[in-house]
Amino acid sequence: MATMVATPRESTQREPDLLRLTTAGSVDDGKSTLIGRLLHDAGAIYEDQLEALRAKAAAGTGAIDLSLITDGLRAERDQGITIDVAYRYFSTPRRRFIIADTPGHLQYTRNMATGASTADLAVILIDASIGIQTQSKRHGFIVSMLGVPRIVVAVNKMDLVGFDRDVFERLRDEYGAFASRLRFSDVTFIPISALSGDNVVHRSTQTPWFDGLPLLPHLESVYVAGDANLIDFRFPVQRVVRPDQNFRGYAGAVASGVARVGDDVVVLPSGRRTSIARILTAEGDRDYAFPPQAVTVCLADDVDVARGDMLAHPNNIPRVERTLEAMVVWMSEAPLDPGRVYLIKQTTRTVKASCSDVVYRVNPDTLHRETTTQLQLNEIGRLRFTLFEPLFVDEYRKNRRTGGFIIVDPASNATVAAGMVIERKAAADPVAPSERTGSNVFRQAGKVASVDRSRILGQTPLTVWLTGLPGSGKSTLAHALERRLIDAGHAAFVLDGDNLRHGLTRDLGFTPDARRENVRRVAEAARLMNDAGLIVIAALISPYHEDRAMAQSIIGAERFLETYLSASADACEKRDPKGLYARARRGELAEFTGVNAPYERPDAPALELPSGTESIERCVERLFDVVAQRAFPNARG
Amino acid sequence: MTAENYSLSVLRQLEAESIYIMREVAAEFERPVIMYSVGKDSSVLLRLAQKAFAPGRIPFPLLHIDTAFKFPEMYAFRDRVCAAAGVELRVLGNDAAIAAGTNPWDIGTVNCCGLLKTKALLDALKAGAYDAVIGGARREEERSRAKERIYSFRDGHGQWDPRNQRPELWNLYNGRIHPGESIGVFPLSNWTELDIWRYIATENIEVVPLYFAAEREVVRRGGQLLPVGAKTRLLPGEAVERAMIRYRSLGCYPCTGAVESNAMNVGDIVAELEITRFSERVTRVIDHDRDGSMEQKKREGYF
Ligand SMILES: Nc1nc2c(ncn2[C@@H]2O[C@H](COP(=O)(O)OP(=O)(O)O)[C@@H](O)[C@H]2O)c(=O)[nH]1
Repeated sequence: MATMVATPRESTQREPDLLRLTTAGSVDDGKSTLIGRLLHDAGAIYEDQLEALRAKAAAGTGAIDLSLITDGLRAERDQGITIDVAYRYFSTPRRRFIIADTPGHLQYTRNMATGASTADLAVILIDASIGIQTQSKRHGFIVSMLGVPRIVVAVNKMDLVGFDRDVFERLRDEYGAFASRLRFSDVTFIPISALSGDNVVHRSTQTPWFDGLPLLPHLESVYVAGDANLIDFRFPVQRVVRPDQNFRGYAGAVASGVARVGDDVVVLPSGRRTSIARILTAEGDRDYAFPPQAVTVCLADDVDVARGDMLAHPNNIPRVERTLEAMVVWMSEAPLDPGRVYLIKQTTRTVKASCSDVVYRVNPDTLHRETTTQLQLNEIGRLRFTLFEPLFVDEYRKNRRTGGFIIVDPASNATVAAGMVIERKAAADPVAPSERTGSNVFRQAGKVASVDRSRILGQTPLTVWLTGLPGSGKSTLAHALERRLIDAGHAAFVLDGDNLRHGLTRDLGFTPDARRENVRRVAEAARLMNDAGLIVIAALISPYHEDRAMAQSIIGAERFLETYLSASADACEKRDPKGLYARARRGELAEFTGVNAPYERPDAPALELPSGTESIERCVERLFDVVAQRAFPNARG
Repeated sequence: MTAENYSLSVLRQLEAESIYIMREVAAEFERPVIMYSVGKDSSVLLRLAQKAFAPGRIPFPLLHIDTAFKFPEMYAFRDRVCAAAGVELRVLGNDAAIAAGTNPWDIGTVNCCGLLKTKALLDALKAGAYDAVIGGARREEERSRAKERIYSFRDGHGQWDPRNQRPELWNLYNGRIHPGESIGVFPLSNWTELDIWRYIATENIEVVPLYFAAEREVVRRGGQLLPVGAKTRLLPGEAVERAMIRYRSLGCYPCTGAVESNAMNVGDIVAELEITRFSERVTRVIDHDRDGSMEQKKREGYF
């Protein structure tokens, strides 16, 4: 029956995995020396390469210059600076490494973005003898914007400051305060001397006060397997495979998520539904496929599918957009021309697009937003695009494969920019307001991926967000659904807005601001419970569009099931189970939704239940079916 | 039910990436061609192409630039393997230069390469009007290759300008070109020599027997062990000797050095490479006869 994808040889624990990292630092921070040191001390430099370096050293000081190891093109050697991304390869028994070595020169933001686009981790260098430069912050910002989840801040040249603990800690606190405003899951500081090798591969005797790992051991042990998005199945079609009349398949690489033979899928943009009949590789059929596997998919029905189309699960589709809002790094000498038509290539799809609005430009040194109508080489801005044909996108932060795109100038054919899709909601801005986390609060990365929990619990976590007028049946429905789920063997929990007001949200009132904070707290709680693997049923009036959008962005679009109980105000008031409408009418309750505070109906809820006309039992069944399809599709009959 | 496993080994990740790249080429170009050099990297490239297009056939021809200086074993291997794979093989060379007796001993390796390889290649690409040229180069191979893109833009003269390459982010490759321009495509960019051999082992890929150690005739010259081919001229004082050797990379016999080795099979080679202290390029006469020569050659259109 079901077989392992990997052969035993490949799936043993000891098989080294791959870490892609990128490096950033200002000129002369010691980046080349550090990479040379890393390669050298890890034994990755061949004897003949060392021989060549020794020959050069003989003329000068006698010691070999480690920075020359990574020295690449002739033009750069002449200028003494690195000008383009270079890739280095080395391995230890525990891990394979690919280093994207990117130049720190002021102009080369674009190279850093290139190196960061595929990196699991970034090493940012700071020269201890100089301190934090504006460029050091710029590097952190770019790396964070490109979705690199974690950074190591290597405080270099510690030998020049006598390995002084205070210097290190001051720099750590200063940069840490800055980094906490960016979206890293892990920020690690290491005091090093690239020149003498302290804390690079081996622990230094000069820093007894430092109890962290040296750089290489840290790189060998940092946990990255949980980064893969295994939740949202996205399969951009590369090619139609039709070798003869009897075979029709679609070749592509799984961008994210897992698909199994038999899964229902929807084809975008046509919206046609079918199911997966076969998953093929050159070695034969598979039961399932996951990223970044390259496979060929055959569908059960004869639907029309072309390159650039995308397959997804019907209950979890990407955003189908004709306008796009994105953070964009401009990479061309020719500035952005808002009047021009460009090409956007995203996954396997290329569409024409024009920039409709430059929302702002980010000053990468201060993270301040500046008003402008243009974007120049190496500038970063938030742009809106009008697309001539739709794209199927996810927020970049959640899905690098379907959220990243390049912009091509159709006249010169040059790649002029790279973009990262963001949500249109202010809450999802990549420049997080500093007050969100205190200056020294870092996220600690765990060692358990959410798929591990899903596997144990046999369900994909989900938040059913019940919104509707007071008395529309939210609480009743929530508890009935919880009962139904538990009876079916699934871990579920109700977050009832009214009940929470006795504890978690007891300090809050009913002004729009307080309601917003109420929604935020409940959403954060729901998110934690989803992270723990539970199906959450949140029952909250949540009357404002904007607040529900915020809840969705906190919980994650793919886990958020907005359910609108559409019982009319009349019906609710007639029912009035808690006697609240009556009290509001008597003027005893201020800001009561439906009487003297507004309720904004959801425009496009995932599900609308006519709780005013249909029985609660019927609503529970309908809701249960939708939840079952999303949370445990394979458990059905 | 067996638990599902969602992790891929490094080799399978590399394989998936290479397959993705070749499929992109097939989808976006009109006239792609695979450079087939008969070596181990080409053998891997061929296998990956077969996988990328299964159950269909490889939709591109193979192109071998012949200098008439390849090892005899390479010709035999090439014809047999290509026939077995059912691919179309095109063999082209600079016939005029070959007829004129061009050789590295009289004009030097750089000039010889320029005529027999680079010129032949540029002519062949022009004649075939190829818009995508898939090669087996790896970034780890040589310093100037470390900055090579996966899609490497060549102008109308087939030349590569390191300063005018397109930024390459994620797995989004920009293959748009004007007529006459082309893209060099390197699906093996992220593979190392060891990956190549491990993959050859895992996949049971056939390679030219010259990669395996055997007693062969060589002559010692300038720190290198050079094979003795049909046209090799011995210098005064040199003598042919027999030694246990193998080749780490295969090119033209006058410019390919051997290494002393006892590695008789793929497993031995993997074991040997895991502990070697010398790079693969040490045996290529062409690379170190002039500082930066590889970069120079690449600018001119060399693959
Ligand atoms: N004292 C000291 N000097 C260093 C250290 N690391 C690098 N350097 C020196 O700083 C200078 C710039 O280093 P390099 O690696 O070329 O910097 P890059 O521009 O960031 O690549 C060189 O003179 C290095 O020798 C270190 O840890 N301590």
